[in-house]
Amino acid sequence: MDLLFNIFVSPFIEMVTMPDFLLQVLWEGFVSGTLYALIALGFVLIFKASGVFNFAQGIMVVFAALTLVGFHAAGLPAYVSLVLALAVMGFLAWGVERVVLRHLVNQPDLILFMATIGLSYFLIGFGELIFGGEPKSMITEQLGLPTGSTTIEIFDGIVILQHLDIAAAAIAAILVAGLALFFSKTRIGRALRAVADDHQAALSVGISLNQIWAIVWFAAGIVALATGIMWGARSDVSFALQIVALKALPVLILGGFTSVPGAIIGGLIIGFGEKLFEVYWGGLLGGGVEGWFAYVIALIFLLFRPQGLFGEKIIERV
Amino acid sequence: MFYREAGQYKTSYKADQAIFPIFQDRMAIVFYLLVAFVAIPYFGSDFFITSMMIPFLIFSLAAIGLNILVGYTGQISLGTGAFMGVGAYACYKMTSIFPDVNIIILIISSGIFSAAVGMIFGLPSLRIKGFYLVVTTLAAQFFLEWCFIRVPWLYNYNDSGAIEVPQREALGVIVTGASATPTTRYLIVLAIVVAMTWVASNIIHGRIGRSWMMIRDMDIAAELMGIRPLYAKLSAFAVSSFYCGVAGAMMVFFWLGAAEVESFDVNHSFLILFMVVIGGLGSLVGSFLGAAFIWILPVILRAIPDTIGLDINAATVEHINFMIIGGLIIFFLIVEPHGLARLWALAKQKLRVWPFPY
Amino acid sequence: MSARTAADIAVGEDLLHVDDISLSFGGVKAIQNISFNIVKGEIRAIIGPNGAGKTSMLNVINGFYHPQEGTITFLGEERRKMRPYRAASQGISRTFQNVALFTGMSTLDNIMAGRSLKMHRNFFWQMFRYGPALNEEIEHRRAVEEIIDFLEIEHIRKTPVGQLPYGLQKRVELGRALAAEPSLLLLDEPMAGMNLEEKEDMSRFVIDVNQQFGTTIALIEHDMGVVMDLADRIVVMDYGKKIADGMPKDVQSDQNVIDAYLGVAH
Repeated sequence: MDLLFNIFVSPFIEMVTMPDFLLQVLWEGFVSGTLYALIALGFVLIFKASGVFNFAQGIMVVFAALTLVGFHAAGLPAYVSLVLALAVMGFLAWGVERVVLRHLVNQPDLILFMATIGLSYFLIGFGELIFGGEPKSMITEQLGLPTGSTTIEIFDGIVILQHLDIAAAAIAAILVAGLALFFSKTRIGRALRAVADDHQAALSVGISLNQIWAIVWFAAGIVALATGIMWGARSDVSFALQIVALKALPVLILGGFTSVPGAIIGGLIIGFGEKLFEVYWGGLLGGGVEGWFAYVIALIFLLFRPQGLFGEKIIERV
Repeated sequence: MFYREAGQYKTSYKADQAIFPIFQDRMAIVFYLLVAFVAIPYFGSDFFITSMMIPFLIFSLAAIGLNILVGYTGQISLGTGAFMGVGAYACYKMTSIFPDVNIIILIISSGIFSAAVGMIFGLPSLRIKGFYLVVTTLAAQFFLEWCFIRVPWLYNYNDSGAIEVPQREALGVIVTGASATPTTRYLIVLAIVVAMTWVASNIIHGRIGRSWMMIRDMDIAAELMGIRPLYAKLSAFAVSSFYCGVAGAMMVFFWLGAAEVESFDVNHSFLILFMVVIGGLGSLVGSFLGAAFIWILPVILRAIPDTIGLDINAATVEHINFMIIGGLIIFFLIVEPHGLARLWALAKQKLRVWPFPY
Repeated sequence: MSARTAADIAVGEDLLHVDDISLSFGGVKAIQNISFNIVKGEIRAIIGPNGAGKTSMLNVINGFYHPQEGTITFLGEERRKMRPYRAASQGISRTFQNVALFTGMSTLDNIMAGRSLKMHRNFFWQMFRYGPALNEEIEHRRAVEEIIDFLEIEHIRKTPVGQLPYGLQKRVELGRALAAEPSLLLLDEPMAGMNLEEKEDMSRFVIDVNQQFGTTIALIEHDMGVVMDLADRIVVMDYGKKIADGMPKDVQSDQNVIDAYLGVAH
């Protein structure tokens, strides 16, 4: 009886009696949801264009952030470092296309997936070799990102909003809008959608797959850099992030592997759900449930809607 | 020249349905077994046996387990590490609950627990396919990891949160714990791995193995041929997890001696998946080759700077190791996506017709 | 050619009876109110232009699609919904329009796979590949060899089917369907994409199966010459509806059929 009360009643009483705390939790959920969405966005870009499930996206986030911090530590101004980091991501995209993707055309998905795991191992080793394995702090102020916080008084309590988080949400929104515009209005965007639809048909009308892939990986690299800056600013830049980055998977399950809006909504659902569950119900299970809650949500969701939130019902043919 | 099947006529379907129909192959197996059971314990150094052979065999068994799921049934799993953990924790609990039962029986029975857990997490595979299944197995991975930390009953409320292997005897010989000799542990691991590989090979070549491969190659056609996906998939999950569980239990009891949750984390799941892919999906030989490659290569790489007198610190070597392994994985996938097992088969084919090219 | 006459068919016993079947996907009506029967021992053809719903009809018969309306009676047993493996265990077996072989397995294993339903030895014996399990394996190997012999594919017995040319793959697929010893064999375009010689071979196998084993066959085929020669009776479908049903010569002269194939001025 007590247990049922603790599960079904007391969390809600707590929410109603302390609405300011609930708001704070929701805000935290929103912020981590934005970050999940950004990582998922990188996955979606690459999956749409090449059908590759890019496991290395999480590592690319860390790697991009490390490069940025690394250039700055070497004495370069922050903005120059930013540009150079972008260039490195561009070079990485080109290299991946050249060395890996080009040779793996028409291989089964599993092989491509494994190749990206190989890529992430390589990037982990390479990153640690050059920048060292210890966590670093992000050059938040040097990049002109706001610090500090605003305290809002509401419901007889307070809610604290970090300026950085607000900036993160804004940057994420701008990034998504920019990408959407790029893909719907430009020639390359059209070519990319053609490739996403059918590789061979796209080839036959003269679209260069290699070029498109390099561009898409670069776009994913830009998203990774933005994610890395935001994430690094909230905690440290370290390879521990790759485990967190795996949470993009449940996000993708909810949102669908090819849908940009899906990635955002999925990210937010996971972000909110995870924080609420951890704060109000986690205690019953001894805490630390954030590690698996996202996956279990995705699992339950899949059982009822195997095609994802926005997917169409799958009709199997023979 | 010696590897010829000419003149070996099969006069019964029984002979032709044998797992090694070629005489030389049967001789080769006998030879490998002799080396493994006699030569290595006799000549191998303690370091070679403890740091190379024992983990190699244990990982081979885990790779066979995962290969049954990924290579033979076509269901991708990233939960191997956790399923190994279930075996290890189950075995640990059983040693404290039944201290008098022979440890080897406990090791084998611990597989039953991981098989049960594997079947529960395999249930979604009936509705979910492909990468979606990766997520459900990751759910298993992280949920079980959490259990290994948050359920203190599993590690007998130790302050350290680790499980430590008690000393146990079998047939009057100390087989686990710090006083067990490497050779004893090696021989037990070897015997279990050989026996379980033989069983795996039997299952794969029979009706059940065929039903797995049918699901893998064309699940719709399999169902229209009368295969029930429920049975085929769940039996694959059960057998696969059983193997992983036994491997996990052996890993702790015969190799590490003590373990906590880090020994079963998601990186181990990746490691085993690498072994399977590099070795060859859907090949038992490949599971051994893959395990040898992924496990022994870093050991050698770590030893290289010392041998040639280079003074590089251990961390750097470790980073370079990561790069080399990552690079080699990509290289292998490009050059031979079917893994080392395919290279092995090609080599045998060449040998068969040597000195002619065809 | 088999000399079954209209009279033979009329006295024949129904093997399968589909009654007023309708199937739709969302708003698309794939099949609308179709009824027909298949008599024991006959070769029944289903023809029609592309997209007429022929393959969907086969999918309904072997339980892969569940029709929204109508019933199917097989061997006197009426059913509405069933899983494909149930249909298989009742004795319906089939081949596919786009070859659906188990590409990772050899010809031998593929045909052995077709006998899955006839093999029952439990896990325990399988583990040791000994005693009953081994005997069963060998007994079925013998049956499979007979099919291999019948289809003249001895030379590719141990070749992985992925490496075979298309015509042979189709033949292996027929072998796999035969291995189940079905009472009703569904063939979905068994001759699509074949050259004349391969078509003749395949036609011969279809007739042999029908006559030697007495297997009832329902086939979809586009080659009118083949259909007219092989089939005892023909169902013609267009836009998910049945537009004709009868002996080849009657169907051939049916005005609706001619309109469907040649188009008609509206």
